Amino acid sequence: MRRFLSLGLLCLLLLSVTVTAQAQTSATVDADDAAALELLEALDVRSYPAKGEAIIAILQSDDERARDWLQSLLDGRLQRADDGRFVVVLDNQGRDWPVADALTGEPLGEMSRRDLDRIGINNNLRNQLRSAIAVVDLYSPDVERRRTSATRLLGEVDEELAEPLGELIAAEDDTQVKRRLTQALAIYQVENGELEGVETLKGSLHPRVRVALSRAANDDDPIIADAANEALVSIEQNIKINRGLETLYFGLSLGSVLVLAAIGLAITFGVMGVINMAHGELIMLGAYTTWMMQQLLPGQPGLALILSIPAGFMVAALAGVAIERGVIQFLKGRPLETLLATFGISLILQQLVRTLISPLNRTVITPEWMSGSLVINDALSLTLNRMFVLGFALVVFAALMLIMRRTRLGLEVRAVTQNRAMARSMGIRATRVDIMTFALGSGVAGLAGVALSQLTNVGPNLGQNYIIDSFMVVVFGGVGNLWGTLVAGLSLGIINQVLEPWAGAVLAKIIVLVFIILFIQKRPRGLFPQKGRAAEG
Amino acid sequence: MTTLQRKTHPRTVARFATALITAAVMGASAQAVAQDDDPIKVGILHSLSGTMAISETVLKDTVEMLIEQQNDAGGLLGRQLEAVVVDPASNWPLFAERARELLAQEEVDVIFGNWTSVSRKAVLPVVEELNGLLFYPVQYEGEESSENVFYTGAAPNQQAIPAVEYLINQVGIERFALVGTDYVYPRTTNRILEAFLKDEHGIADEDIMINYTPFGHSDWQNIVAEIRRFGEEGKPTAVISTVNGDANVPFYTELSNQGIDAADIPVIAFSVGEQELTGIDTGPLVGHLAAWNYFMSVDTDENYDFIDAWIDYTGDEMAVTNDPMEAHYIGFNMWAEAVRKAGTTDVDAVKDAIIGVAVPNLSGGYAAMMPNHHITKPVLIGEIQDNGQFDIVWQTPSTVAGDAWSDYLPGSRDLIADWRKPMECGNFNVVNGSCGGSTAAEEAEAALAE
Repeated sequence: MRRFLSLGLLCLLLLSVTVTAQAQTSATVDADDAAALELLEALDVRSYPAKGEAIIAILQSDDERARDWLQSLLDGRLQRADDGRFVVVLDNQGRDWPVADALTGEPLGEMSRRDLDRIGINNNLRNQLRSAIAVVDLYSPDVERRRTSATRLLGEVDEELAEPLGELIAAEDDTQVKRRLTQALAIYQVENGELEGVETLKGSLHPRVRVALSRAANDDDPIIADAANEALVSIEQNIKINRGLETLYFGLSLGSVLVLAAIGLAITFGVMGVINMAHGELIMLGAYTTWMMQQLLPGQPGLALILSIPAGFMVAALAGVAIERGVIQFLKGRPLETLLATFGISLILQQLVRTLISPLNRTVITPEWMSGSLVINDALSLTLNRMFVLGFALVVFAALMLIMRRTRLGLEVRAVTQNRAMARSMGIRATRVDIMTFALGSGVAGLAGVALSQLTNVGPNLGQNYIIDSFMVVVFGGVGNLWGTLVAGLSLGIINQVLEPWAGAVLAKIIVLVFIILFIQKRPRGLFPQKGRAAEG
Repeated sequence: MTTLQRKTHPRTVARFATALITAAVMGASAQAVAQDDDPIKVGILHSLSGTMAISETVLKDTVEMLIEQQNDAGGLLGRQLEAVVVDPASNWPLFAERARELLAQEEVDVIFGNWTSVSRKAVLPVVEELNGLLFYPVQYEGEESSENVFYTGAAPNQQAIPAVEYLINQVGIERFALVGTDYVYPRTTNRILEAFLKDEHGIADEDIMINYTPFGHSDWQNIVAEIRRFGEEGKPTAVISTVNGDANVPFYTELSNQGIDAADIPVIAFSVGEQELTGIDTGPLVGHLAAWNYFMSVDTDENYDFIDAWIDYTGDEMAVTNDPMEAHYIGFNMWAEAVRKAGTTDVDAVKDAIIGVAVPNLSGGYAAMMPNHHITKPVLIGEIQDNGQFDIVWQTPSTVAGDAWSDYLPGSRDLIADWRKPMECGNFNVVNGSCGGSTAAEEAEAALAE
């Protein structure tokens, strides 16, 4: 996998790094700029191999700005204006962009994108740039940079780098960097048929290690081949376990999405018995609230997301009240009409969003702390956004359980659903309870929307994709039972993810649906049927 | 018809024919009068509601803008143009009804419309029956050529095949994951690509992974993990994505969250353009690829003028342009040029006049209408940038002519389409030298279904 850096380049690189440190102070500014301009001009050519050579030249120069140039080249921000000046684009949204001079760093105001030509790079150059920056960063005082750099070098060590690497490992005091560099060196050793490397790599789950070992397993030397094979067997075992855990996490994550989408419905449909086809659009409203909040608080996506939780709840709850007061209350006890009327409402809401906001998807930014994944080991990492959604679903569920079991509202809701006439004669205002319950269910749908805005499109069709799944979960779990919704959602998620690798996404979905149909045939009241008087509904 | 004639008295037939001729003459004279002052009607058949509204609404706006520009420049043949907009609401059967409405009731002179292949297939018989003109602006799977349809989007040889050759020759990819939405366009394209990879480049079975997902698929965890493992086995790997519409946002989000970097496993998409990227934070996607015939970042004055006009028309400073919009731009100008050449908007005259018409495209070259009703286009490969734009990293040295019938599928490779006289055939079989009619198309479809 030594794809990107030639031996010579690396050698020169290491030299230049040491030279740079000494030369920085002595160079005069004027001579520097002329030379620097020449270096940058070499980048402004059409051919990518020529640009590659220009990058090497920049690395070999003793210019202290080299790393910054390479980084802005990597980010696509290094551009050339019509007057020949090299600039760094600070923000590339819209028609006019603020820029700064690449040589002096001094801001130059805004320039039109018509007048700017980007120094383009492709994926091969991107790889070359990253490897180059990694080698420079190996000597960086910043631990984070050294960590990234060390991971990058796995499988990319060659003869020239192997030698200083030994010294670097000895001098390194960060254990993570040390371990990575040792592995990187070991891969190089394995590739050169040294048994010592195989020993070091035992138990490592990194894919580059596996590739190196699989190659070594076919080595001519039987001792190396056997050792590599042995190491591979235990690694494969370990990977299988990790893969199982990964599937479980995928299942729980999909399940939590299903639970979130369905739990509001479990209240409006399950507890109140209203078939609300506009449930999906209430979810959509929650997601749009998140987008709206991010528009109101530009630059603070995290804060906006947190504020969206109460806001999304309120917006969806108010919409729910409007639907209940405007339509559903007149259709009490007529499920078919309710179904049709709410279906109509769902279409109206969708088109309203299309007309008022846009038929296009809206960008909801994921805050920094929710992007990427939590690395457990080299074979298992859990995506952070989904982990937050999983946690959020459980919190929402717990809060709902508390409301239904421990508050006066919950008590009244249960009383009204069990026996409306009796509850009313006991002095409970059934109409008010209806409104509150519907608002609660709708509000929870809004919360689901806030969470889903982090996983999927925020567009007019968002709700449509979840309405069928929501009904499926509620019916499967047992109408009127919140625990049923939780268990049904999570187990359907896991079943789906276990089936998907060998059946494919389309077939897995069909199998799950068939399974639910058969299950409902056998147990019409779902997983957790309501017992006693509450069962009459 | 034959049984009817046998039963009817000859004199009745004669009288009926006379009446018909009279009507036709009167109609023609009425039309001649109409040509002087009535506007030319341009039908727009794009979904403004439902799932496809996300992509099709901007195309409606594009045609309206082009009409406005044409009118400002004095119209066409001295007449003004008038847009007739209908909404087929992302509903395939409704597309056929709306097309019939446009042609039979509104009597439009030309239709610009459709996005999905299935909607085009629904409209096709109507346009052929009523002898209309349809300009279809979206890249599609090929295997079709109709006398009444002009395909201004890319055929597979103008997008998919050059893209794969770029991956193999320029990037050095040896393993391919073909990921697509489960419907006709991805399935046909992937079938062509699979045959192409195996036959032309000797890629082994185990180095090709094919995966289909339902429309609007939102849970990509497993598939992305599978792609990651597929790419970790030591050979340079790429993903060829024919994932359509809404499913792309969760797909790309999952890719970036699971840390699949474009430099390790690049994803090249055939259905993701600037429009689709407006819903995504593209920071983590830098370097992933798309193959189109136009990008908004194309550095030509024609393109900047088009973008400025579009921004002024929409009033949105951040409005983006994309490939199907350019296809409408080309299609509209070709049609206008053909009308000028023919001196009339009569469908048959325009149909004959348009073949060979060449108009400027937005990437600094010319697009010409070929006899098979497809056009010539350059193929561009772009890498996604952090501002939702594409940086063009490669392009074909010259334009490529669209091929209606793929050379890589059995049953289809012997067919050509040529709508010039005297051939006038959409599926001429060069082996047995006959116009195959429907049988050849069916054979090709049967070969696909295998």
